[in-house]
Amino acid sequence: MPVPLPRPWTSALPPVSRRVLCCAALSVAASGAAAQAVANRAPPLRVVASFSILGDLVQQVGGGHITLQVLVGAGGDAHAVQPTPAMARTVAGAALLFSNGLGFEGWMARFLRSAGFQGRHVVVSDGFEPRPAEPDHGHGHGHDVDPHLWQDVAGALHSVARIRQGLCEADAVHCGAYRERAAALTQRLRALDREIRGGWAAVPAAQRKVISSHDAFGYYAAAYGVKFLAPQGISTAAEASAKGVAALVRQIRTEQVRALFVEQLADPRLIAQIGRETGVRPAGVLYADALSEPGGPAASYEALMRHNSTMMWRAVRQP
Amino acid sequence: MPGNVLAALVSPFTDFVFMQHALLGCLALSLSAPPVGVFLMLRRMSLTGDAMAHAILPGAAIGYLVAGLSLGAMTLGGLVAGLAVVAASGWVSRTTLLREDTSLAAFYLMSLALGVVIISSQGRNVDLLHVLFGSVLALDRAAVAFLGGVAATTLTTLALLYRPLVLECLDPGFLRAVSRWSPVAHYGFLALLVLNLVAGFQALGTLLAVGMMILPAAIARLWVRELKRLLAVAVVVCAVGSVVGLILSYHLEMPSGPGIVLTLGGFYLLSLLAGPRGAVRARRVPALHLKA
Repeated sequence: MPVPLPRPWTSALPPVSRRVLCCAALSVAASGAAAQAVANRAPPLRVVASFSILGDLVQQVGGGHITLQVLVGAGGDAHAVQPTPAMARTVAGAALLFSNGLGFEGWMARFLRSAGFQGRHVVVSDGFEPRPAEPDHGHGHGHDVDPHLWQDVAGALHSVARIRQGLCEADAVHCGAYRERAAALTQRLRALDREIRGGWAAVPAAQRKVISSHDAFGYYAAAYGVKFLAPQGISTAAEASAKGVAALVRQIRTEQVRALFVEQLADPRLIAQIGRETGVRPAGVLYADALSEPGGPAASYEALMRHNSTMMWRAVRQP
Repeated sequence: MPGNVLAALVSPFTDFVFMQHALLGCLALSLSAPPVGVFLMLRRMSLTGDAMAHAILPGAAIGYLVAGLSLGAMTLGGLVAGLAVVAASGWVSRTTLLREDTSLAAFYLMSLALGVVIISSQGRNVDLLHVLFGSVLALDRAAVAFLGGVAATTLTTLALLYRPLVLECLDPGFLRAVSRWSPVAHYGFLALLVLNLVAGFQALGTLLAVGMMILPAAIARLWVRELKRLLAVAVVVCAVGSVVGLILSYHLEMPSGPGIVLTLGGFYLLSLLAGPRGAVRARRVPALHLKA
């Protein structure tokens, strides 16, 4: 995606008025009102977020004071990215970059070096106490900690605080607006957290079991008391073995799991096959580490968490 | 002990429907792909199969982008792309001085590159793996029925084209000179090849679909000479290899598609050693001739 270079706001004016304005601005430089007027009309802060979910949170806090570009868009897999020259151009012109960290974007460090990124880099997971990665991880991202912190709303709240801090440091003039929007978002996320807890409280503990093809729900499991099963042999990258599929079928039969989900990035054919095998219908799609396209069921972070939770409640209750 | 062995061989298929589907799908493919492979081999076109397997990628990719991992869309897209490459390279070889192998190579490379561009344009690299590796373990009823239909179509068409195809194998110039059937046989056969690749693609993916054509044909060639026997041995070898591959995949936790192709590969190596026309025993044949 080509990125237009930021032009000084005065370049849109005819030369004469530019000169006049210049002198006028000099003569009243001490006046706070004039400085505010200049700041209000300054080009918005150029911000880049590494993937779609983080991008949504950044946009919510940044509002109209930033122009945001997202490196790995809706539906993309940020685990396995081939950085392109277009991505390098996007990043090279940005003042501020937000990434998740905890090994989620393993390609980021090398990419930033080669792209010649000069701006600030904020890792939103910094300061968050991470969970260890699932020991039997199955699809070998090779990280020691679980990076999917947004699956616990507390993780998203931490990210929002880091985003607000990062935006205020890069653009102190609009810090008030960033604080306001971050506070409003925090309120909504707290309500979302209460809503998810309330929904699971209504499900008997023995039924809080979900099978999903992606191991991205460790934080969700820990925060909301849900058991996620995702055995080896079913992965996003490798081809499954008959032994692995048979083991999962046995597990569904013995554990009597009702909720079976096709995560959007894994092979949906196998999950559907397992559903036919066990009589448990696949219950739809859980969005793990990317938003859906705009207009989809998980087009924002809040919609994603609400969608995932509602789908799981419906699935565990099916006969 | 024999009871245990029998259980280990049979229980995967009695306990799990997905294993039954995989078995039925592989047996259907074993009926259709090896005969196509035999004719490819006899016409010295073994690598054409591989080239065509790459040529169907953009069609399957477009089908995938439009409708997801849907049998119908990916099959239709693959068929259209494969047939387009066949038609285009045939047209070029008739109208220019380029031979068919060269023009086919040119078109399949363009087609493959286009497929990769289409898939990566969506920024979903993981999807490429699902398109490149099929999943024999995920065959549903409709897919098994499709594979059965392809087998029936292939066998019927081969029966109809049998004579011209045999003539083309022996002396393509002669058939071209005496009959209008030459292009019908040639392009009909290439269409069958595309159909079988698209079918094999469901089970094994683009990369390994050719395995069930060429390996059984090569194995059969090391054991027998006569065409009808070649066809029969190739079919039987492919069926046995599929079953053994599936059972290995079940007990050794091996991906199923590569398991089947590696099993056939093992048969091939054994045939090189033990087959009467293999690398070891064939050397004695001239000596015998001299004595006789």
